[in-house]
Amino acid sequence: MSTWQIARLVAAKDLRVEWRSRVVTNQVLPFAALVMVMFAFALDNDQALTRVAPGLVWLAAMFSLLVLVQRAFAVETADGALDALKVAGVRSSGIFLGKALALAAQLAVLEAVLLVAAILLYRTEVPAGGVGVLLATYVAATAGLAFVGTLYGGLAAGARGRETLLPLLLLPVVAPVLIGATRATEAALGTNDAMPSEGWPWFGLLALFAAVFGAGGALAFGSLIDD
Amino acid sequence: MTTDTRSERRPTSTTFTRWLGAAVLAGLAWLALFGLVLSPNDRVQKTGVRILYIHVPTAWLAYLAFIVTGVCSVGYLWKRSRNLQWDRVAGASAEVGVVFMGITLVTGMLWGKISWGTYWTWDSRLTTTAFLFVTYIGYLAVRDLGGTHHQRARRSAVLALLAVLEVPLVHFSVKWWRPLHQQESVAEGKLNGLMMFTLFVGLVAFTLLYVWLVLHRQRAMAMDDMVADQGLDAALAERREEAVR
Amino acid sequence: MRLTDVVAVVGGFPVLAGATLTVERGEIVLLQGPNGAGKTSLLRLCAGLLAVERGTAEVLGHDLSVDRTSVRRHVGLLGHSNGLYADLTVADNVRFWGATVGASQDEVSAAMERMGLAARLAHVRVARLSAGQRRRTALACLVARRAGLWLLDEPHAGLDATGRDELDATLREAAASGATVLVASHELERAGSLATRTVEVAGGQVR
Repeated sequence: MSTWQIARLVAAKDLRVEWRSRVVTNQVLPFAALVMVMFAFALDNDQALTRVAPGLVWLAAMFSLLVLVQRAFAVETADGALDALKVAGVRSSGIFLGKALALAAQLAVLEAVLLVAAILLYRTEVPAGGVGVLLATYVAATAGLAFVGTLYGGLAAGARGRETLLPLLLLPVVAPVLIGATRATEAALGTNDAMPSEGWPWFGLLALFAAVFGAGGALAFGSLIDD
Repeated sequence: MTTDTRSERRPTSTTFTRWLGAAVLAGLAWLALFGLVLSPNDRVQKTGVRILYIHVPTAWLAYLAFIVTGVCSVGYLWKRSRNLQWDRVAGASAEVGVVFMGITLVTGMLWGKISWGTYWTWDSRLTTTAFLFVTYIGYLAVRDLGGTHHQRARRSAVLALLAVLEVPLVHFSVKWWRPLHQQESVAEGKLNGLMMFTLFVGLVAFTLLYVWLVLHRQRAMAMDDMVADQGLDAALAERREEAVR
Repeated sequence: MRLTDVVAVVGGFPVLAGATLTVERGEIVLLQGPNGAGKTSLLRLCAGLLAVERGTAEVLGHDLSVDRTSVRRHVGLLGHSNGLYADLTVADNVRFWGATVGASQDEVSAAMERMGLAARLAHVRVARLSAGQRRRTALACLVARRAGLWLLDEPHAGLDATGRDELDATLREAAASGATVLVASHELERAGSLATRTVEVAGGQVR
C-alpha cells in the first residue's frame, strides 16, 4: 500500500476511535476551556487579558497538545496495537502522516474552541482585515504542532516514564510555534495596535516549521518508534 | 576468560590523556592567575568583567560540543557498518556540552546582573542558549531509555539531527520576536589587549578540558558497553544452564 | 524458515541463547516448554520485532540480521496482547487490520465468519467483549491478513470448545495452502493433535 493509503487508513481509524469514545470531546475540550478560565483568575485584569489573549490561546493549545498526544499513543499501546502495526509491515511514514492528520483535525477543533473562548471571555474581536492572516496562521500552526506532537509522541510511546519524557522533549521544540502563532494572531486581532500585514512573516515561519517537521518526521519516525 | 578481564585494572587514561590532564590543570591555573590577578578591571563593568573569562569560553565550547554531537550522529548513520564509536563520542560530547552550557547560563546571569542590572533579558542569544540546554537534557534522557547499544545509538542519532533542525528555528523566531539585543562586547573591541589575552587563555584551557573530558567519558562509555557485552556472555551461559536443569 | 544459533537480548537479558530451528512450509510446529523458556521471544523474533544479536535468521527468504522490517508484511502474529482498539467495534477492527494488507470487504467478512463472530457481535465495541471473544476477534484479524507465516502465542487460552475447533480448522487450512504455522502452547493435548511436529524450548534454546 502507498504511504497515502496507509495515512488515510490510520487517520480514519484514529478519528473513528475518537468518534466512538468521545474522550477528546468530553475531557480534553472542557480541560482547554477550563485553562482559559484559570488564566482569567490568575491575571485578574480585563485589559491585561485582552492584551495577552493571543498568547493565552496558543499556550492553552500547547498544553492541550500534550494531552492529545498522550491520548493518541495510549490508544496504540494499550493492547499492543503499535506492535501489531509494526508487524503489519505498513510504512512508518504512512503511520506518521495518518496519526498527524487525525491529531491535526482534533487540534483544529480544539483551537477553534479556544479562539471563541478568547473572544467571549477576554473581550477580543477579529477585525475584518485580520481574518485572512488568522486563518493562514491557524492552518500552519496546527500542522506544525500536529507533526512535532506525533513525532515526539511516537518516540516517547514505548518508553519508561513516557508521561514525563514527552513534555521535556516536546515543549522546547514547539517554542517557535508558540512565538510565531502568538505574534501572527496579535497582528490579526490588532492587539497592541498591530497591523494585520505584520502577521505574514510569522505565518512564513510557521509554514516553514510545519514543512521542516513534516518532512523530517516522515523520514525519522520509523527510526524512532522501531527499536 | 571473563574473570580475567574483570580483575584486570583498566583505567580510562593513557599517557596522552595524563599529559593532557596536566596541561588542563596548568591552563586553568594560568587562567586563574591572569583572570583574577594580572588583568585589569574594566572601566564600566569593573571587576565583573572577570566572569567573561569563564562565560565566553564555556559558551563557545558548549556550542562546539553540540556541533560535534551532530557531526558524530551523522557519522554513525552514514555508513551501514554503524560504528558505535561515533555514538559514544556524540553522547560524551553532549554530556560535556550540557555541563558547559549550564556554567554558561549561570555565569551569564551573574554577569548580566552586574552589567545590565538584571539576571535575564529575552534576547535571541540567551534564549536560544537556554533552549539548547533543555533540548540536550532531553537528548541525554533519551540516551538512557535502554535497549541494545545500536538501538540507543540510532534513536539518539536521529534525535540529535532533529535538534539540528530545531535550533535555527528557535533562534530565528526569538530573534524576530525581540530584534534588539546586546552587542557582543568582544566584537566591539571594548576589551583591551591583556583582557583579550586572558580570554584567549581561558579558551585554550577550556578547550583542553573539553577534549580531556570527552576522551575519558567516551572511554568510560565504551567500557560500560563492554561490561554489558561481557555480562551477556555470562548471562548466556547461565541461560543455557536453565535448559539442563 | 531457518534459525541458526540465534541470540536475542531484551534489556540485557538473553531471551534467546542460541536457538536453532528449521521449519518447512506447510508445517504446523508446536513450541512447548516452561514459562520463561523463550517461546514468546522466538515468535517475536520471527516476526521481526526482536533484533538478531548473534547467529543468523532466515524467514520466508528474508535475512533478519540484515533487515527485519520487510518480512513483517508476510507475517501474522498473535501475541499475549490482542492488538485491538478497545473503542472500536469488532467489525471496525477486523476491517482495519485487513485493510493494512489490502484485504477486500468479502475477505474481511469471511474472516469474521470463520471465527464465529456472527452479526450479533460485529457491531459491539471490543471494550464490551469477554476475554474469549476478544481472542476470537484478534484471530479474525489474523485470518484477514492472509499471512505466509502464522505465529501464535497461546491461541487456545480463553477460547471455548467451538472456538478451539474453529481455530484448529483455520490453522490446518492455512498450512494446507502453504503457510508455515508456529504455535506456542501449554495445552499439549489440544495443540499436539494439531501439530505436525513438536519441539521443546528451554533456556532460550530449541531442542
